[in-house]
Amino acid sequence: MNTAAGLWLAVFASGLYHGLNPGMGWPLAVSAALFEQRQSALWRALAALGVGHLLAMIGILLPFGAMYLLVDYQREIRLAAGAVVIAMGAYLVINRRHPRFLSRVKPSRLALWSFLVATAHGAGLMLVPIYLGLCRVEELDAGHQAAYELMSRNILIALLVALLHTVAMIGSGGAVAWAVHRYLGLRFLKQGWFNLDLVWAFSLILVGVVGIWAAL
Amino acid sequence: MNLRPDPTFYPSPKDAIEAPAETYAFTLMFSPDASQPDGLAVVNVDPSSAQYGKVVHQVIMPNKGDEFHHFGWNACSSSLSPLSGHAFLERRYLIIPGIRSSRIYIIDVKDPLNAKIHKTIEPEEVFAKTGYSRPHTIHCGPEGIYVSTLGGAGADGTDGPPGIFILDCETFEILGRYEMDRGVQDKHYDFWWNLPRDYMVSSEWGLPPQFENGLVPEDLLSNKYGHSIHFWDLRDRKNVQTIDLGENHQMALEIRPAHDPAKKHGFCGVVVDTTNLEGAIFTWWQKDDGTFEAKKTITIPPQPAEADDLPEMLKGFGAVPALVTDIDLSMDDKYLYVACWGQGEMHQYDVSDPMNPVLAGKVEIGGIVKQTAHPNGKAFGYGPQMVEISRDGKRVYWTNSLYSAWDDQFYPGDRGAAMVMAKAENGGFELDPDFWVEFPDGYRSHQIRLEGGDCSTDSFCYPSV
Repeated sequence: MNTAAGLWLAVFASGLYHGLNPGMGWPLAVSAALFEQRQSALWRALAALGVGHLLAMIGILLPFGAMYLLVDYQREIRLAAGAVVIAMGAYLVINRRHPRFLSRVKPSRLALWSFLVATAHGAGLMLVPIYLGLCRVEELDAGHQAAYELMSRNILIALLVALLHTVAMIGSGGAVAWAVHRYLGLRFLKQGWFNLDLVWAFSLILVGVVGIWAAL
Repeated sequence: MNLRPDPTFYPSPKDAIEAPAETYAFTLMFSPDASQPDGLAVVNVDPSSAQYGKVVHQVIMPNKGDEFHHFGWNACSSSLSPLSGHAFLERRYLIIPGIRSSRIYIIDVKDPLNAKIHKTIEPEEVFAKTGYSRPHTIHCGPEGIYVSTLGGAGADGTDGPPGIFILDCETFEILGRYEMDRGVQDKHYDFWWNLPRDYMVSSEWGLPPQFENGLVPEDLLSNKYGHSIHFWDLRDRKNVQTIDLGENHQMALEIRPAHDPAKKHGFCGVVVDTTNLEGAIFTWWQKDDGTFEAKKTITIPPQPAEADDLPEMLKGFGAVPALVTDIDLSMDDKYLYVACWGQGEMHQYDVSDPMNPVLAGKVEIGGIVKQTAHPNGKAFGYGPQMVEISRDGKRVYWTNSLYSAWDDQFYPGDRGAAMVMAKAENGGFELDPDFWVEFPDGYRSHQIRLEGGDCSTDSFCYPSV
């Protein structure tokens, strides 16, 4: 498997991982379906969660994509991005508290909540080293290009990364939500909800370390 | 922090009903004359145990004069929503406020037989950080632990309105006031909510000078106690509607929303109607346009009595009012229990149709006039008061004291603490002759909490379908 395929796979796998984590919202889709007693409500809620998550990814990736145009500093940018991701992970290890402003978001505003919860937990940051790696691989393939072409290419990759990740996230979260609503019942919530706080924080650190290692 | 959600968090009321039965109850006891410190009694309620019905452990506080009243858990089933972000809290601490001292104790009951004080919040801290006093009802919710208060600032608690403040659910630090826009709300008592529908309902008793030294008859007869319920946008922290139940409906106390969050109604008990001495229950509900309405759905008439059988306060009326001092709704939202503290009756209403409650059962015990004894032959002082229902709805526990100064007005003399239990199976309910808790001398008993949550602690984020 070549590097690009491996990185795209990482984008997809991180989406599955985010989706399966109840903290990213799939139980809210089950709740919506139970409230309205209609399966369609489950898909609507998932769509709202997906839109919020997608925007959170794009919001983090695009600025890094723009910065990456500074061709002379690409290595530094990748090192800095890795450091930022590690710092976020370390922060989450030390500060295990849930940001309180999230509990002020109304239950009816699922997309906003999904955006904020993904941002607050560094879900987008987890993708940054992978994304920068993809930009680099594509660049090596394409050779030298004009800045304009570079930019549109980086933006396109950012959108594709965010989209693929979100599709995987909604796919896995949606599958669990559907199974719980349809077959497993609410009790699965208690059986299948693991405290991933530390695992999540260490995932960020891991991704950051790999990103730095690849840039060196 | 747990690695999986606490086993006593239940996604829906249905899951709570199906959970294992409680084996311990926690009952507050207080010293009416402040001659000894208040305490938390741990009562064994496991019928298979040799200690059944006995106080098996006591946590006695280091201070006197707190006057324990209501209390609640640090965490409950509401934690199971991703919106809360606190799925891995433990249901482990009881938050016990003293309504006379404004001191708050955090009691660790992880091991009920070794329950102990975890933290104490001194009154000065409550005053300084909130401007409120006399903390009362506890509920765990989205932003932490919500604590309602009965008093504002100042020595007599009338400098500014009372309200709700929030405690951090992990460190138990006071975070500050809840309200951003309280509207016309100027008194407080109970509150509860529907979390997914994002509304809160609060009620009114009276200001501290109206209760701390006893009921003030002139204030009651001129309708100066609370008679409104307030509806709030929970997360916007804003009073969006106030419904005046009518000024004759004095003291709108307990708020009991349906447990199933898919339902949009609840109940509120009114102690006494000053035009006819009736007790009343109002059903309130949210309409499709999001606004609220309330309607009186139960009335309990006064019972004629000889002046000689009545305390000073009631002699002129020739009747004993029901005095609806507590109500509690079963987990399946089917039965509403109504404590008629004055008459010595506990009523069970079938509220399957919340707009048309039907009296389904009645237990007589205690009472100003009737003074009905327990089936075991022992005298039950005062009347049925704080009532708590097991999650499965099969056991209904209650105690007998209302509030030290008010007990003495309606039931002169010291009549002791009591805690009894009625079995509610196959329709109706009746007292269990074998369940009778003896408390230490000099104490009165107040609110009961059941191990693993009960019908007035847990709020749910998933419907029961």
